[in-house]
Amino acid sequence: MNASMVIFFVLAAIAVSGAVSLIIQRHPIHSALSLIVVMVALAGLYLLMGAEFVAAVQIIVYGGAIMVLFIFVIMLLNAGEEERTSFSKLALYAGIPLAVAVTGLIAAALVNSQTTAALPPAAPVTLTSTRTLSTLLFTDFVYPFELTSFLILVAILGALVLAQRED
Amino acid sequence: MIPTNYYLVLSAILFGLGIVAFVFKRNILTIFMAIELMLNAVNLAFVAFSQSLGKPDGEVFVLFVIIVAAAEAAVGLGIIILTARNRRSLNVENVNLLKL
Repeated sequence: MNASMVIFFVLAAIAVSGAVSLIIQRHPIHSALSLIVVMVALAGLYLLMGAEFVAAVQIIVYGGAIMVLFIFVIMLLNAGEEERTSFSKLALYAGIPLAVAVTGLIAAALVNSQTTAALPPAAPVTLTSTRTLSTLLFTDFVYPFELTSFLILVAILGALVLAQRED
Repeated sequence: MIPTNYYLVLSAILFGLGIVAFVFKRNILTIFMAIELMLNAVNLAFVAFSQSLGKPDGEVFVLFVIIVAAAEAAVGLGIIILTARNRRSLNVENVNLLKL
């Protein structure tokens, strides 16, 4: 049990408890804050794996931009507590075991897959430098990169058209 | 050194919790947050594979996923504002225009 293992389990526990809290909380703003906890814990895990640029982007874009947008909308709509609705017994007795089964299936498939079996068991953590990442982004992935700029343009237009008042 | 499998199992657990939140929550905003949670779980698997294969390609994919999630959040929240304005409610059970 070395130091990085301890850090991993602490961050994993924070992430999972944040996700559970997202489900338990009834007020959307509490759910949003729980989701921010999950995202910050995941950024810590990325740092642990040596993906420093992804960790920074995770905090700035996910924890910063996207979640601020969420909280902005929650406050704009004055969202209150979630109404309790009588969901069927079927959801309780079939839904939860099925969710556990799906999680186990995904985990088992990931762990037992051919690709994962061929992985080196303990690769040393190598820092992916931002230079390597940007070189890759602007050479091999330049076409998808340009496409995403177009996607963002369309998303801006879509959000504007959707949210405007039609008078 | 942490085995890659630990990251993959954590990713599966977070994805499963995202599914549970997606199915059980009644508030349209919280359901949208569950989608973001599932995207985050997938990102974790991407970075774990990228690190264990020693190739940075997976991290580039994560950047693309984050970009698409940002675009999706902008459009999705626009739709939510529109729904809330028309239905005067954030409960998904009240959005039943297509229901027979």
